[in-house]
Amino acid sequence: MTILLFGITKDIVGSSTLSVPTSSITNRTIPKTVSELKKCLGDTYPELNKLSSLAVAVNNAYAEDDQLINAFDEIALIPPVSGG
Amino acid sequence: MDLRYDRQTRLSQFGPGGQAALAASKVLVVGLGGLGIPVVQYLNAMGVGVLGLVDHDKVELHNLQRQVLYSEKDLGKSKISVAEEKLNQQNSNTQLNLYDTFLTRDNALEIISNYDIVVDATDNFPTRYLINDACVILNKPFVYGALHAFEGHVSLFNYQNGPTYRCLYPTMPNAEEVPDCNENGVLGVVPGIIGTLQALEVVKAMTGIGEPLSGKLLLFDGLSQNSTKIKFKLNPNNLNIKELQGSYESMECLLVPEISAQAYQAKRNSDQAICLIDVRTTKEFANHHLAEARNYPLKDLKTEINLDEQNKVVYVICQSGKRSAKAVAQLQKKYPQISFYSVVGGMNKMTSLITQS
Repeated sequence: MTILLFGITKDIVGSSTLSVPTSSITNRTIPKTVSELKKCLGDTYPELNKLSSLAVAVNNAYAEDDQLINAFDEIALIPPVSGG
Repeated sequence: MDLRYDRQTRLSQFGPGGQAALAASKVLVVGLGGLGIPVVQYLNAMGVGVLGLVDHDKVELHNLQRQVLYSEKDLGKSKISVAEEKLNQQNSNTQLNLYDTFLTRDNALEIISNYDIVVDATDNFPTRYLINDACVILNKPFVYGALHAFEGHVSLFNYQNGPTYRCLYPTMPNAEEVPDCNENGVLGVVPGIIGTLQALEVVKAMTGIGEPLSGKLLLFDGLSQNSTKIKFKLNPNNLNIKELQGSYESMECLLVPEISAQAYQAKRNSDQAICLIDVRTTKEFANHHLAEARNYPLKDLKTEINLDEQNKVVYVICQSGKRSAKAVAQLQKKYPQISFYSVVGGMNKMTSLITQS
């Protein structure tokens, strides 16, 4: 599962993309929904948990927390940005 | 048709009809910074009928790398007066309405009600949410643009009952979550690109050409030259705004004790010992700081600070005065026996004071 990072999430993770293992070989729970993915990413990068307003897109469309995701989806984390 | 606009009126999709629509349109641009400058220059050049400008800042040296309308001789002048002069020279047909003020909850509805469309070219969340809510109340579309480092976001909100800013980000992030350009930096050309895209969206919305960026968020990454569009839907509840919020400042921006940069400079020039905390990042601090300052970055204040409690008075500084105000609010709770003061205008103001003297 590929995750594109925007705004401050890019700075928190330190890269513009992130790959989340979706195979059970790693013995980790595989996120099945947007909210599970957020939780999983927040465990690895606790700074992400501080973002109260974080939009998530699945295959280039805004997704609610309960949306189902799979290994082939392209996810984007899009926090609000304020600079001008 | 005017020879002046010949090169755009000969475009069959735009034509004399597009030009007439532009000439009849009234556009309000909030913010004459990195985003607002290309917006006003292009809209003015292309023949928008009425252009309203809202800003209350003065031209400062660190503006010049991206706010390309201003020049060295404009330093210290109000942005609105410099913009008026240069836009008049560029196209004397445009009616310019000048609002030498920041947009606030007390003036937003009155100002915006006179326009067909608003351009959000601001640099902070409170004003972005204020513009959203005022535009929803008045049923005006607005073109959003925002930056983060090498990245820019653009969309057209509240257009023909389309989705709004709150459909993407329902509530305002708190002040510590997301840094602004002062903290984070911005590459000079990026606001030029994003502001120019905003101007294009205004032209499309006013003339009806092309596909407006309504219900789509454009994400531009300057480093990779990648552009991505994210679709999003209206949450109808977000159109149900009937009045503005009581306040758009986040809770931590409540009034804190302040000292003017001039008064602080006078204290420095006197012989008494002063304690100054600089709450910018270690990188900003390393780059430039006042001799007496000690560096405690804002994000570490909650944990790492080790203040000498002998100090009765402690001054707090950052780049512009926003982070120092937040820091004062935090520190005052932690050290009630010390009086903290935020230096208004921060290092920006101090640097210009010191250069002048």
